[in-house]
Amino acid sequence: MTRAKEILRTPTMVTFGALLLIIAAFSIMAPGLFNTPGNFLQLAQNVAILTVVSVGTTFVIITAGVDLSIPSGIVLGEVFAVHALEMVGGLDTQPGEVHIGYVFAALGGAILAGLSIGAINGIVVAYMKVPPLLATLGTLGAGLGVALILQNGVNTSTYALDPIGHGSWIAGVPNLIPIALIIVVAGYVLLHMAVFGRHTFAIGSNPEAARRVGINVERHLLKVYLIGGVTAGFAGFLSVAYFSTTSIGGHSTDNLQAVTAVALGGTSLFGGVGSIIGTLIGVWIPAVLKNGFVINGVQPYWQDVAVGLVLIVAVWLDQLRRRSRNRG
Amino acid sequence: MLEVRGINKSFGPVHVLRDVALTVRSGEVTALVGDNGAGKSTLVKCIGGIYPIDNGEILVDGKPVHIHSPRDAAGLGIEIVYQDLALCDNLDIVQNMFLGRERRRGIVLDEPSMEHLAEQTLASLSIRTVSSVRQAVASLSGGQRQTVAIAKAVLWNSRLVILDEPTAALGVAQTAQVLELVRRLADNGLAVVLISHNMNDVFAVSDRIAALYLGQMVAQVKTTEVTHAQVVELITSGKSGTIA
Ligand SMILES: Nc1ncnc2c1ncn2[C@@H]1O[C@H](COP(=O)(O)OP(=O)(O)OP(=O)(O)O)[C@@H](O)[C@H]1O
Ligand SMILES: [Mg+2]
Repeated sequence: MTRAKEILRTPTMVTFGALLLIIAAFSIMAPGLFNTPGNFLQLAQNVAILTVVSVGTTFVIITAGVDLSIPSGIVLGEVFAVHALEMVGGLDTQPGEVHIGYVFAALGGAILAGLSIGAINGIVVAYMKVPPLLATLGTLGAGLGVALILQNGVNTSTYALDPIGHGSWIAGVPNLIPIALIIVVAGYVLLHMAVFGRHTFAIGSNPEAARRVGINVERHLLKVYLIGGVTAGFAGFLSVAYFSTTSIGGHSTDNLQAVTAVALGGTSLFGGVGSIIGTLIGVWIPAVLKNGFVINGVQPYWQDVAVGLVLIVAVWLDQLRRRSRNRG
Repeated sequence: MLEVRGINKSFGPVHVLRDVALTVRSGEVTALVGDNGAGKSTLVKCIGGIYPIDNGEILVDGKPVHIHSPRDAAGLGIEIVYQDLALCDNLDIVQNMFLGRERRRGIVLDEPSMEHLAEQTLASLSIRTVSSVRQAVASLSGGQRQTVAIAKAVLWNSRLVILDEPTAALGVAQTAQVLELVRRLADNGLAVVLISHNMNDVFAVSDRIAALYLGQMVAQVKTTEVTHAQVVELITSGKSGTIA
């Protein structure tokens, strides 16, 4: 096999090539508008929250699972964050005021929400053996319901998290970007360089083989769903920080967007294969398409059409690869 | 090296192992034979800590031991190559060989040292059929997969290696290679248990033969003291007129 073919067989390289092509096309179509540092920073900030949940979803999908409960994880993260702020009296912080204690209280609340929903998902999937699609569909509905009950159906706004959502620790770079980058690096190390990730791939590849070498498969799956839940809860914290309000009616397609990003990035929905870098690329493709269409005056809805088609092609390529491999 | 006494194992109403006794010696290949469903794989899984035994004793070097998990078995130097191999197709050879027992440096995996050890182990078994230890297991042939599974078992200074039908799916040349490898393990001083339905394989490499019939151990004999026909009779009817 030649080098070129080898590279074409690597799903991540294919999607990366696609992303570069799209960027090149828009740069030619809208020079000086699309391909500016400012636009790319804006894009990076727009995808930051989705990036965080997609990192968690990558782990879940590599185990051959799925987490549809992401929207409820995010919304509960937001709700727990503002309730924590209310408890410590930080809800009415004025813009410009900085209270680190309030920030940590909100963060704690959001993480607690994520841990709770992740724990339920993990126990139901790993120990009660309910298929992940249905288990997380259940916690999706139930979690959103709890969020609405806690909020009496109305949103809460707060400026207490402005230092996170609106500052720039690095001159000119919005905070959400380095935060998402930290999550990506942490996810990369955990998945690709640590024992934890190795076992995640093994369980997605052949759970019985993992069990035979003494890996506690159920406990590991629970941890994986906890990661999914915590990244969603943390995304909720970031969302409140950025929008200065909860958005209990929002985020409803974040689960599908995350699954799309992960699948575009070459992670196999059949488990055992995947990468954090691929997911990062997969997050960018829809965002760049949308942004480029808007800049070029094309109706942004074409983004949905294009992403749908790209997704089908990506998964079809994955199938082809699997089939040719199984024949070999 | 290993002694099993009076093991019983039932799955619900099905009494699969009845008072099974087995002795395995270091430096020898013990062939475990028996018809389909006789309980060979079940016995092996009991020894390997996959299934708990209902009652009976397992002794290693004369001392009673308790094996509740694959890790316990591994801790005693017992490694099993299962009938279905249980390899992870998406992982490469090194990743499979070290699965569950990865080497680390701090919090990250120590890939170079694992790769080196895997290569060393394959070389020490004179396995030259795999070109790269970074190949995904999915891309290997049946015989290569079997060799990887065996190499995985001997990587751990194991003292007893049990192989469940290692040649069942292999062609003539690959079968010969695997049998040669099995013999080499015993010659290196390991205790080896080989499960096989193929009498040629059994007579080619084994020192002793243990026959299971409907969950009962009906004979344990030296390979040189029996004929093909007698072993076949033991397997099919549980007794042989010519063996006491
Ligand atoms: N997990 C299980 N639950 C219920 N019954 C089982 C289980 N595992 C094995 N059995 C039964 O135990 C009996 C022995 O099975 P086992 O797999 O040990 O046979 P074997 O000697 O290895 O046969 P083969 O040569 O076909 O591999 C069979 O009747 C089988 O149906
Ligand atoms: Mg069997």
